[in-house]
Amino acid sequence: MITADLNVILPEILLSAFALAGLLVAVYTTKDKVGGMLVWATALVFVLLATWIGSTGEGTQIAFNGMFVQDGFARFAKVTILLSAAAVLVMSESYMRTRGLLRFEYPILVALSAVGMMMMVSAGDLMALYMGLELQSLALYVVASLRRDSVRSTEAGLKYFVLGALSSGLLLYGASLVYGYAGTTLFSGIITTAQAGETSIGMLLGIVFLISGLAFKVSAVPFHMWTPDVYEGSPTPVTAFFATAPKVAAMALFARVMHDAFGNAVSDWSQIVALLSLLSMFLGAVAAIGQTNIKRLMAFSSIAHMGYALMGLAAGTAFGVQAMLVYMAIYVTMNVGTFAFILMMQKDGAPVTDISALNMYAKSHPGRAMSMLVLLFSLAGVPPMLGFFGKFYVLRAAYDAGLAWLAIAGVIASVIGAYYYIRIVFYMYFGEEQSEQLDQSSGRILPVFLTVSALIMVLGIINMFGVEAAALEAAGALVN
Amino acid sequence: MDTHLLSIITFLPALAAVILAVFLRGDDADAQRNAKWLALITTTATFVISLFVLFEFDPQNPGFQFVTEAEWLLGLKYRLGVDGISILFVMLTTFMMPLVIAASWNVDKRVKEYMIAFLLLETLMLGVFMALDLILFYLFFEAGLIPMFLIIGIWGGANRIYASFKFFLYTFFGSVLMLVAMVAMFADAGTTCIGGCDVSLLNHQFGSESFSLLGIQIVGGMQTLMFLAFFASFAVKMPMWPVHTWLPDAHVQAPTAGSVVLAAILLKMGGYGFLRFSLPMFPVGSDVMAPMVLWMSAIAIVYTSLVALVQEDMKKLIAYSSVAHMGFVTMGIFAANQQGIDGAIFQMISHGFISGALFLAVGVIYDRMHTREIDAYGGLVNRMPVYALIFLFFTMANVGLPGTSGFVGEFLTLVAVFQVNTWVAAVAATGVIFSAAYALWLYRRVVMGELIKESLKGIKDMSAREKWIVAPLVVMTLLLGVYPALVLDMIGPSVTALVENYASAVEAADTAIQSAAASH
Repeated sequence: MITADLNVILPEILLSAFALAGLLVAVYTTKDKVGGMLVWATALVFVLLATWIGSTGEGTQIAFNGMFVQDGFARFAKVTILLSAAAVLVMSESYMRTRGLLRFEYPILVALSAVGMMMMVSAGDLMALYMGLELQSLALYVVASLRRDSVRSTEAGLKYFVLGALSSGLLLYGASLVYGYAGTTLFSGIITTAQAGETSIGMLLGIVFLISGLAFKVSAVPFHMWTPDVYEGSPTPVTAFFATAPKVAAMALFARVMHDAFGNAVSDWSQIVALLSLLSMFLGAVAAIGQTNIKRLMAFSSIAHMGYALMGLAAGTAFGVQAMLVYMAIYVTMNVGTFAFILMMQKDGAPVTDISALNMYAKSHPGRAMSMLVLLFSLAGVPPMLGFFGKFYVLRAAYDAGLAWLAIAGVIASVIGAYYYIRIVFYMYFGEEQSEQLDQSSGRILPVFLTVSALIMVLGIINMFGVEAAALEAAGALVN
Repeated sequence: MDTHLLSIITFLPALAAVILAVFLRGDDADAQRNAKWLALITTTATFVISLFVLFEFDPQNPGFQFVTEAEWLLGLKYRLGVDGISILFVMLTTFMMPLVIAASWNVDKRVKEYMIAFLLLETLMLGVFMALDLILFYLFFEAGLIPMFLIIGIWGGANRIYASFKFFLYTFFGSVLMLVAMVAMFADAGTTCIGGCDVSLLNHQFGSESFSLLGIQIVGGMQTLMFLAFFASFAVKMPMWPVHTWLPDAHVQAPTAGSVVLAAILLKMGGYGFLRFSLPMFPVGSDVMAPMVLWMSAIAIVYTSLVALVQEDMKKLIAYSSVAHMGFVTMGIFAANQQGIDGAIFQMISHGFISGALFLAVGVIYDRMHTREIDAYGGLVNRMPVYALIFLFFTMANVGLPGTSGFVGEFLTLVAVFQVNTWVAAVAATGVIFSAAYALWLYRRVVMGELIKESLKGIKDMSAREKWIVAPLVVMTLLLGVYPALVLDMIGPSVTALVENYASAVEAADTAIQSAAASH
């Protein structure tokens, strides 16, 4: 019995064991000297695990009496999480090394947070959910303040921690209410109690608090306040990490809870999620206009993108979940490329985050500028880039579910949002001659990530590399 | 019959753009020359291949021809085809592009990117006119914004940044509402195939029962809402008064070649959209909104002609005159009879040649004097006799002199709208007089009179290259002017089918309303 359970969570066990082994090796040997090696090893383990999870395991497996669910949905989310985390780790290596930030804790914390994320997307119980969420969050709080001698970085970590603790409190309160009214913490038990139209007021309150806690993790408005500060204060590779894997995990967890536990009460929560989506899209679009710091700008951009992903979730249908998963996969790919670009923004070895520094970037770096151009239009959702198809998916899901008003609001917000993306294009291409130029060389890895990500945005429109079919299967596993 | 001819035509320019982007290195004189020649050869080859389509095209068949099809993601289809309405726009595009490239021979700033932008733009414009899948159409329609945004922003004039942002956001905003309507159509009809499939949007009857939304009674129901969403996009693209304000800015700031593409081809997307989507798919909605559109067109013709009268910048003047001429187009389309739509298509094709030539003519003197101020010129006829002749020819064509193609389109649309709404026709006809006023006054101020300005003393007449660029346009303008059947025979059967379907759909909706009223 226990062997069967352990088999199901074998990837998580292996990753935890790897993290702990790495910790031991680093502590008992040369400490930070092994940092670089550990980064590569962790990335390699991520990729291997992703391949393994992606290629094996048919159907749905349940472990520990339903606490842990390994289904198509979890597999899709895990592969996305692991691959994006691996990409960010590889991208961050040289940045961290040149700035003396490459401590051995960094890859280990990332690995532990990945375990937490894998736990989150497979959670079948409120306790398992909370455990995964906290493991992920605690690792992230520490990573945010990785630059110990920087006030901003430590401030970012502290802010993230305090607000994160608040959201955990909300989440726990909601979970206890749900437990109180359902009599169980298992999703499979809750779903029989939470029926549409007959949910008790206590259960409704529980759902609201749960959603609040989850909305904080996906940085949906009005629970977004931490995002710009944390994005700006953290070291850029860490920001890149925040913008990718944890967002996928949180969004997948959101979908998991809503459909596995409250799937019979869609009409009760869909309006709340639709409102979160609406507010996120508009605040993300409007607030980014005034930003000059590209990291803050990307923070608001990710808030807006979460709004669109939530639009798919608000639909409350299998197609909505599929749309959300496709959207997240595209979003993560775009963000990996964009942050590769941001990591390359250096002058005399020091990182630059002011977008006006990109003046005439196209003249000095034509290839990179063109890749970034593709990514920016993709982020803005302008066809023919893949980003448009993400938006098209969620619009369809929302419209089919009778949320036409949300779809209209979404496209209007996307026009507002397009302004700040094309403002970066304006700096790169239309600006005046400028004597101070950004550094030419920044290794080989970052340009590769940037170019590949841009190519995916263009070539992906042919068949999306099969992500569409995988997302369909994943959504089918979650919503019946 | 599945030929890949249309795919080849569409993607040949894009292929050349990729070759330029990947293989051409450096920015020296050799690289620039190679980029220009590759672009010229590709666009010419595209034109030659498109001639095969033109000659093989069967004008008697109102359906889609040369259809090519492949599976695509999300249940969408990659599907291209041409019918009588779209083929001439395809030809207009492939015909104009080599001239546009040749007109850009003097560009020396980032030539490689310039050529890439224009080649990609050609692919996207051709895709718009050929796409037979709703989302594929949207893809091409919207994607064209990106190269045009860059063309205005990088190679434009002093105030290019304002103009490029305005262009992008204005047209983007117009189109996203159309996207929502497209999603709704997909949901309603269960297909994105525009026409020629077993289940297609052209065969589908969209709901036209009136209903009340937020307390407002919507006559024509869903069709009216969808019509308005599409109208938001096409009216901006067209552009119609009062959403035309992006056009003068974009035209003035864009480089000559950009202005030519904008006036000759991009503006036609709006008119094409009305004919492809609004009229055939939402006939009841169109019928409900037609009076409003007709009056907007009439206002556009008079108002923008008056505005053109007081312009001091040549390009701005021609831009406003374009808006006025597009007013004739929308007027003809929404008269919704044979002459009207024939005239609208004819006017669009003819305006493509004439306005393209006028912008080229402004480009010729701009290249020499680097100003577009009308006051900076005067008496050019003394130094530039050939230029004076060509400019006169196109000015007259723009006014609509019989014998040039400009006359046929204006005449047909006026005749058509006279049958539908006499007052609109009367107002619009005064616009013809105003157009003569601003065009001839422009000509007098720039070309006639004594050459007194010192700076103009050394100005040279048109070079051989410039003459060769306008020569095909002169030929086409004259040819279509004296023998309009060339165009009208091509589009006739398709337009007839469109008009008949429209009339019967409107009639059916009227009967339904009457029988509903009778049964009460």
